[in-house]
Amino acid sequence: MAISLGTARTRRRRPRESRERDGRLAFWLVIPSVIVLTVVIAFPVISSVVRSFFGDGIGDVPFVGFQNYADALWGYGAQEFWAATGITYLFAGVTIVLETLIGLGMALVANRAFRGRGLLRASVLVPWAIPTAVAAVLWKWAFDPQGIINAITGSTVVWTGSAVPSIIAIIIADTWKTAPFVALLILAGLQIIPDDVYEAAKIDGASAWKRFWYITLPLVRPALLVAVLFRLLDALRMYDLPEIMTNGANGTATLSVLVVQSTLSQLKPGYGGALSTLTFALIFVTAYLFVRLLGVNAVDQASSGKGAGR
Amino acid sequence: MTETVTARRDTEVPRTSTPTPPRRRRRFTWGTGGLYVALVAIGIFCLAPFYWMVVSSLKGPADIFDNSLVPLEPTLENYAAVFGAQNTFALALRNSVIIAGSVTVIALVFGIFASYAIARLQFRGKNLVLGLFLATSMFPGVAILTPLFQLFADLGWIDTFQAMIIPDVSFSLPLGVWILTSFFRAMPWELEAAARVDGCTRGQAFRKIILPLAVPGVFTTAILVFISAWNEFMIANSMSLTSASQPVTVAIAQFSGISQYDKPYGTQMAAGVLVTIPLIILVLIFQRRIISGLTAGGVK
Repeated sequence: MAISLGTARTRRRRPRESRERDGRLAFWLVIPSVIVLTVVIAFPVISSVVRSFFGDGIGDVPFVGFQNYADALWGYGAQEFWAATGITYLFAGVTIVLETLIGLGMALVANRAFRGRGLLRASVLVPWAIPTAVAAVLWKWAFDPQGIINAITGSTVVWTGSAVPSIIAIIIADTWKTAPFVALLILAGLQIIPDDVYEAAKIDGASAWKRFWYITLPLVRPALLVAVLFRLLDALRMYDLPEIMTNGANGTATLSVLVVQSTLSQLKPGYGGALSTLTFALIFVTAYLFVRLLGVNAVDQASSGKGAGR
Repeated sequence: MTETVTARRDTEVPRTSTPTPPRRRRRFTWGTGGLYVALVAIGIFCLAPFYWMVVSSLKGPADIFDNSLVPLEPTLENYAAVFGAQNTFALALRNSVIIAGSVTVIALVFGIFASYAIARLQFRGKNLVLGLFLATSMFPGVAILTPLFQLFADLGWIDTFQAMIIPDVSFSLPLGVWILTSFFRAMPWELEAAARVDGCTRGQAFRKIILPLAVPGVFTTAILVFISAWNEFMIANSMSLTSASQPVTVAIAQFSGISQYDKPYGTQMAAGVLVTIPLIILVLIFQRRIISGLTAGGVK
């Protein structure tokens, strides 16, 4: 932002003594947040990793090394773990593609519309604002055998009763809930593209399609990729929808559902710890690959505060 | 105050308010016709499921599955059942207000402190702190669920508000700090410098000059934090055991209805409407702020 220039200048002018005082003040200002994050996130994550090397049960548990990981990866739990991994990535892949396409379409329309834009903005925010738990209940009933979906399509499918229809139902619910949010992120990227670029292209005789392909897409790419990255991190942790709509039945148990089931319902903290560590590792590696392969600089953006869009 | 609000809007995200007159001159063409069709389609896509929830909530048990698009015999029976004896929805609403309210206040206080330091002060380990915020927003919630459950069980905190408030605060902090930092960065710091030249301490300058100016940003963050805390399900589903601490999201998923058919459809829909209405009102009033806050994270 323009003002950060001014800040930099004042900073340089400041003498060393006041910078030290800054440091002390900053410490006291930052420490409450750091403590909360450490207690609630860093400590549990570490203790869950440590716990994953011990056996299940309560009280004195034996050290089992990588046994829990072996169980999950190729032991007795391999089948459900890989099934959960598969369905998690299937959900993430399909919903992200659908949400990005629909979101891009919505953003392009919203960017061109002048009348009714406020109304559009408000209606786009409605699916985002509805609690996922409520949305899950809503879609669960819509997909009831006697529900509205079957009434409209004239089918008699028991949606949440078998694998493929359950998966479709969850994908539809997630797409409805999140595509508008993706649209908002992309719209913000579209709005920083200056109008004169389009004017120039128009004067040069570029067709609407060419303007979209050679101007809009490349210029909106940073915003698009950040939106996809956000969605990727979120979609790989999907929990509420499968938990409420199918209870993880019919092969819809995502990694998150599986972790909760094995730790809280089946009381296997060691094995559950291994599962959650594996889940985190998968998410981290996927996000890392995504950032490396596609060159999203979300991290840069976070630390420098400068937009990728300009 | 209003002046600074509008100024902020323009600097944050370029938006509709900046006029782009040349494009408006176009008359009705197939292009604009198609545009309105697309607009209506988007509206239906976004609102139809919510409309269906409202309609279903107004139907009695007899015609709940008649799938007519308007309630033929509208009744408030379901809403009565929501607050009826077999459900503890009123209690759950109170719990949700307490939890989401506390989360908002705590996360804002901590978030304002931290983001002021990040935006305004130079200190060693700043990148470490930023890294911590970024990393924690990436962790899968389930990874912390079990250890946290055990920690809180040891403390005897299961089924208490703090067992949900503290995790929710930590989930909101990264987003809140991110948004607030971008707001603080865009602030005219010359004012603070001037106040200090005039003899204000740093604290006074912050309280009297910076904080009032930061109100729009703080407010945006408050709305987003409140909505995310209000909607939280996973932690609450594990930490709350009885209706004494259950928030609405958990209560709805466990509802029993008025009909004896084990299908509390109408009741759940009515409860869903009741839970969503405060959010819809927030969205309608503060849509611009919400969008500027949401997009501050993605594109700036």
